[in-house]
Amino acid sequence: MVLIDILLGGLTLGGLYALVAMGLTLQYGVARIMNLAHGEFLILASFAAFVLVSQWRLHPLLALVLALPLGFALQWAVYRVLLTPLVRRTQAGPALEADSILATFGLLFIVQGIVLVIFGGNYYSYSYLSVPVSILGSTVAANRLLVLALAVLIGGALYVALIKTRLGTAVRVVAVAPRFAPLVGIDVRALSALAFGLGGALVAACGVLVSMFLPFSASMGVVFTMKALVVVIMGGVGHLAGCLAAGLLLGLVESIVARLVDPGLTLAATYVLFLGVLLLRPAGLFGRAAR
Amino acid sequence: MSSGRLDAVPARAAPTQGVPRHPAWGWLAGAVALAALAALAAAPAATASDYWLSLGINLLQYAVMATAWALFSGPTRYVSLATVAFFGIGAYTFAVLGETWPQPVVLLTALGLGVVLAVLTGLATLRLSGVHFVIFTFGLAELVRQLVTWWEVNVTKSVGRYVFVDITQREIYWQLLALLVAVLALGAWIRRSRLGLALRVIGDDEQVASHLGIDTARTKILLFAISAGFITLTGAVMAPRWTYLDPAIAFNPTVSFQVLIMALLGGAGRLFGPLAGVIPLVLLFEVLSARFPNHFPILLGLVFLGIVYLVPNGVLEAVQRAGRPRRTESPS
Amino acid sequence: MLETRRALLTLAALLACAGPACAQDKIRIGWALSKTGPNAGGVATTQAPNYQLWVQEVNAAGGLLLKSTGKRVPIEVVEYDDRSSSEEAVRAVERLITQDKVDFVLPPWGTALNLAVGPTLHKHGYPHLAFTAVTDRAPELAKRWPNAFFFLGTSAQYAEGLMAHLESLRREGRIGPTVAMVSVADGFGIDLSGAARKVVEKHGFKLVYDKTYPLGTQDMAPMLQEIKALDPDVFIAFSYPPDTLTITDQARVAGFNPKVFYTGVGTAFPVYKQRFAANTEGVMGIGGVNFDSPAIKDYFKRHQAATGREPDRWASAITYAGLQAFQQALERVGRIDRAAVSAELKKGSFDTIVGPMKLDQQVYTGQWEVGQWQDGEFYAIAPAQRAGARNAIVPKPAWKH
Repeated sequence: MVLIDILLGGLTLGGLYALVAMGLTLQYGVARIMNLAHGEFLILASFAAFVLVSQWRLHPLLALVLALPLGFALQWAVYRVLLTPLVRRTQAGPALEADSILATFGLLFIVQGIVLVIFGGNYYSYSYLSVPVSILGSTVAANRLLVLALAVLIGGALYVALIKTRLGTAVRVVAVAPRFAPLVGIDVRALSALAFGLGGALVAACGVLVSMFLPFSASMGVVFTMKALVVVIMGGVGHLAGCLAAGLLLGLVESIVARLVDPGLTLAATYVLFLGVLLLRPAGLFGRAAR
Repeated sequence: MSSGRLDAVPARAAPTQGVPRHPAWGWLAGAVALAALAALAAAPAATASDYWLSLGINLLQYAVMATAWALFSGPTRYVSLATVAFFGIGAYTFAVLGETWPQPVVLLTALGLGVVLAVLTGLATLRLSGVHFVIFTFGLAELVRQLVTWWEVNVTKSVGRYVFVDITQREIYWQLLALLVAVLALGAWIRRSRLGLALRVIGDDEQVASHLGIDTARTKILLFAISAGFITLTGAVMAPRWTYLDPAIAFNPTVSFQVLIMALLGGAGRLFGPLAGVIPLVLLFEVLSARFPNHFPILLGLVFLGIVYLVPNGVLEAVQRAGRPRRTESPS
Repeated sequence: MLETRRALLTLAALLACAGPACAQDKIRIGWALSKTGPNAGGVATTQAPNYQLWVQEVNAAGGLLLKSTGKRVPIEVVEYDDRSSSEEAVRAVERLITQDKVDFVLPPWGTALNLAVGPTLHKHGYPHLAFTAVTDRAPELAKRWPNAFFFLGTSAQYAEGLMAHLESLRREGRIGPTVAMVSVADGFGIDLSGAARKVVEKHGFKLVYDKTYPLGTQDMAPMLQEIKALDPDVFIAFSYPPDTLTITDQARVAGFNPKVFYTGVGTAFPVYKQRFAANTEGVMGIGGVNFDSPAIKDYFKRHQAATGREPDRWASAITYAGLQAFQQALERVGRIDRAAVSAELKKGSFDTIVGPMKLDQQVYTGQWEVGQWQDGEFYAIAPAQRAGARNAIVPKPAWKH
């Protein structure tokens, strides 16, 4: 019973962490942009979902479906308009990372500022699928279960797509060897934009899902960015499977510590785990050893 | 090159080797620096306004931290987000001991704690590089915050400490000024010493450095500890300003990011680079938040974007380039 | 020498006052609130709308009545964003006082920021109206800062109020003696849980669970499941707004429905009512309002009309009442004399929406300590002997799905 509680709780929380991080790992792994505005885009989607659901009376799942193309378009455009000049200037060289940190840091403030102007600093919350589901004698909220299911589904689907499809292979080439990709006729920038947009679609979907069960406010984006960064690095940059594994692991650890040790130490435990993994495997759980 | 290394800083922080300098420049710079220092030290006496003093404190606080940060991160190209861990430890040490112990002893204790943590971190992170180091140091800062919170909750049974001491704002200002002078002097000395050369070699290529017989580990840790020491002291000096301190205040991650951004903006590879970032940014923050309280984040974000596009290699280099238009562009 | 200079200065001031420069035609009031950062949620719900409402109302009436000039002068606002940072808050207040030369400063939000700006306001002799600071050190701070006024009480008071009320319920045989308590590892949670822990046994209760969770925890299920298995009579969460919403939601999903279900900051927020609707019924929390009072009803209406949203049901009404007290003190003094206004605040009695308000020892003690959602409104239930308190609904009705 306690075991099932811990497993269910840990996996649903971990699924959330994994899902939040997947978009980031795509953007960072392929497009080489460490998007510090990640959490802000998530919160933006949460607010959009709030408006769609409580003012336009749209079904939350419809909002979720809508979020995918909108999120893709938004971040694809961000890459094309804001980031491409930087990529061009630095020739995707080492300077790109510093420039992208500064640029997305700026973006973070802009997105947050816009949300603040429109919605103010208040907490917002609505609920969807906040009903208990009983599994092996333990209960869990349906909306949290949905997150876990989608994390596994999306993670799996993207993983397969990257391995099996031509486009996926090209994306992987860009991720692994951006300098050589053009030699085999791959348009690096187009694919980077694609990956960046895909990350946008994922984080938008995630924002809609989060809004179904967590209260949110304009200032909360940074919490998700930080969690996502930890998961991305722990899983190995650019690795969807690593992302899923790291997310679930963190969720489980939190759940175990909260139930069996002391809820006050959950976050400390996740950071200990994270630092420990990095020390033992500097490139992350699934990352290739960096030179 | 795998995604590992954040070689980012180098481009923004390219060291100025090879730029010829006329000896007279040194003397002139020295004289200007002395005059500036005298003016800065006398400034609090000239203004009766708390506000200007307070702005000065803010400038000095970030000047010390960004310069100290760049001391390590500039030449080695390791980007640290642990700044607030050290700052917070300094502030907390003061909060715990400040009311009972004399200030110099408290400062020394804080320094000791900061250096110990820095050495441990340095030892732990020897194998890490690039973005892994970045996020590790970020995680470290959060871990320290969680542990301090847990300790306060479970052992002292209270979160939030009250600090009532008779340290005036002017004293804080002067202490920070002294720290700034110290960190700049030390930085200047390191640049001329073998240590500085070793660091630059490490920054360019760590393997080459070890082939040259440089003890890379010791060099890196030593410098990280020095840098952390200054940041810790800044925290301890600043703590009496707020009356009340809790982990959320002391370990606010924004501080780490601000220091990073300021140093990068100015140019982390030069001694005065961070200052060139701190001064405009602190003033900008000030003007924006005073004039546009409701649109501060949007404007700030726009300014950041503008900086990235218009000042690609740091303020200091942009200024120098403007001064020396004929200088050839170094290949990146 | 010094005397001469002072005399000259006074003379200069007098001369200036004779001219048009001193004909007070407006009163400048400044504040720095957290428009961004972690405090923004509390500010936007509780504090900013009340400042806005009060200024609107005063100016709509022609301004504050200054007897010395014999006319009403409108309020001119200078506002800043302290970005939820102590350092920014201190500097913003210094800027307000020394650069903008505002006549009065209204306080920032929360305990930490109020304590941070305390020394600055004290040094410049500005009245410090700490509307939203809950600290056990309030009496001691009041001695240290003679111009500081604390409106929201002490954590000991809320903890004692809650436990005493629970004791009376226990004596009536409506609840048993077991209590499970969780608290957020931040100022409010630690102070309140610490104060409660001290008096739990005195009131004949037994703590069966007592844990703290870190700020920003997004999953409360592990704690709630463990607590549910212990089947306590009373559940207390000294939580922050996002946690309050999450705890309530997850308790409902887990089917955890103790006889007394109490949550912390945020229980009294409009978003709580909007989110849980009929499921709020019977939930207890900190604060509460006497909604049967016409003054409060009217205040709710005006708040809604002026700001587009309802007030919160704990600190909002007290903040507004504090502003009323400040306004009355100022109008009684009749001129911009900060020391005199502080003195009047100390000794006067003020007619406010929460009833007559007195600041004995610079601390207001008339807060409602426990509230409960009943029929869509968060009514005050303790102290039970005070006029306007409702009877508690215990046991709490079952969650609806």
